Amino acid sequence: MCLGVPGKVISVNGLIATVDFFGVTKELRLDIVDEPVQPGDYVLNHVGFAIRRIPPSEVGETLALFDQILKEAESGDLMAEDVRGEMAAGRTKG
Amino acid sequence: MPAPDLFQELKFRDPARARALSEALHREAKAIGRSPIPLMHVCGSHEQAIARFGLRAVLPRELEVIMGPGCPVCITDTPEVDEAVALAAQGAVVCTYGDMLRLPGNSRSLADARTDGGSVEVVYSVAQAVEIARQRPDREVVFFASGFETTAVATAAVVLSEVPRNFSVLSAHKYVPAAMEVVAEMEETNIEGFIAAGHAATITGWGIFEPFARRTGTPVVVAGFEPLDVLAAILECVILIKEKRPEVMNCYPRCVTREGNRPAQEKLWKVFQVADGVWRGIAAVPRGNLELRPEWDHLNARRRFRIDTSKVGGAEKNLLAEQCICGSIMSGLANPKDCKLFGKECRPETPVGACMVSSEGACKIWHMYGGLPDLREVG
Repeated sequence: MCLGVPGKVISVNGLIATVDFFGVTKELRLDIVDEPVQPGDYVLNHVGFAIRRIPPSEVGETLALFDQILKEAESGDLMAEDVRGEMAAGRTKG
Repeated sequence: MPAPDLFQELKFRDPARARALSEALHREAKAIGRSPIPLMHVCGSHEQAIARFGLRAVLPRELEVIMGPGCPVCITDTPEVDEAVALAAQGAVVCTYGDMLRLPGNSRSLADARTDGGSVEVVYSVAQAVEIARQRPDREVVFFASGFETTAVATAAVVLSEVPRNFSVLSAHKYVPAAMEVVAEMEETNIEGFIAAGHAATITGWGIFEPFARRTGTPVVVAGFEPLDVLAAILECVILIKEKRPEVMNCYPRCVTREGNRPAQEKLWKVFQVADGVWRGIAAVPRGNLELRPEWDHLNARRRFRIDTSKVGGAEKNLLAEQCICGSIMSGLANPKDCKLFGKECRPETPVGACMVSSEGACKIWHMYGGLPDLREVG
């Protein structure tokens, strides 16, 4: 529940960002992020809210961990489930 | 020293760095010259990383890395669950995060409430609970809010934005620094260093731990969730213990700063205030609960409704639950394998205690990934 998952910002519209999480597109709220967010930035998503802007230069290792977890995970893997739960917390665009 | 090929098995992306970290850990722990040296982390996601990647197998035998009260679902107290169950029985639509569904109250869980005909909806975000309230203007929609400060800021953001009149919050949010104080005072556990949760510190900043470290004489290291992040943080903590420096070290600088996320903190404290609480299995935790401030009474389910838990609480005694040692596990006094119910009567499909319910509970994590490696005996 505190894991959070990083995604890449595609576009920003007021307090809503459209964010790509490993190929899944979701809308996140920007009410509580600490810095202005722009397309191309990465943000850490927790329960549907961006809680931190991560500079693209620093995101590498973080992304690799999540990528590995999502690819390798067997069904029922707790970390992968939590990551997918965080992804599901974003609003489906539409 | 662990066998070299172990690192391949652990699937570190950088086995050489992992080996270097492990060797440094062995050297520094030995230099302290006593055993065991208990360290505590307070985050379910850390336990997942430690257990999933088998990190305890590469730790020196002097080190004990214990999971403390780091699972917000597990420490949600039974009367809080009873309130949510009662609200569902009284006709409200109760929305909550998935792990809360099967958390036992005194005698019923929200899953039971649903079986009994109550409306219980699982959401991944408090924003989804607000959407449900918009879609169902004829019903009272209560968000049963669990989680530490990282999750509470999302609830705060929603309270501060426009919400429909039929939406309210039943807060079971908790404040981690308060529980660290309680555990640090427990003589039985004798924790020598803390690993703090990276994403909670993203919000609060690492500076919040400085008075704690000074007062308790216990170093605190903020860690990320990469296997190597966790090992590096453990190494820093061991070095601080060796050098008798009760300081705070930030090993997760890409997400955590000293001052943290100021706008989020402002929102958090505009909506919530700390209150003395009881954490399931732990004890009374002074200033450990986050309750809505009085100006939000109109959104506070405890103020808005007369919640009658007398019909849902504590009817029959649960003999199995009395044998559960979740409290000792969350205080760092025991590990899941010390419990005679673990993996037998208590399993993820049929949880007896709170720690087997949540994906962040120590028992569920150990059940999935294993906990203490057998290597300790042979290595």
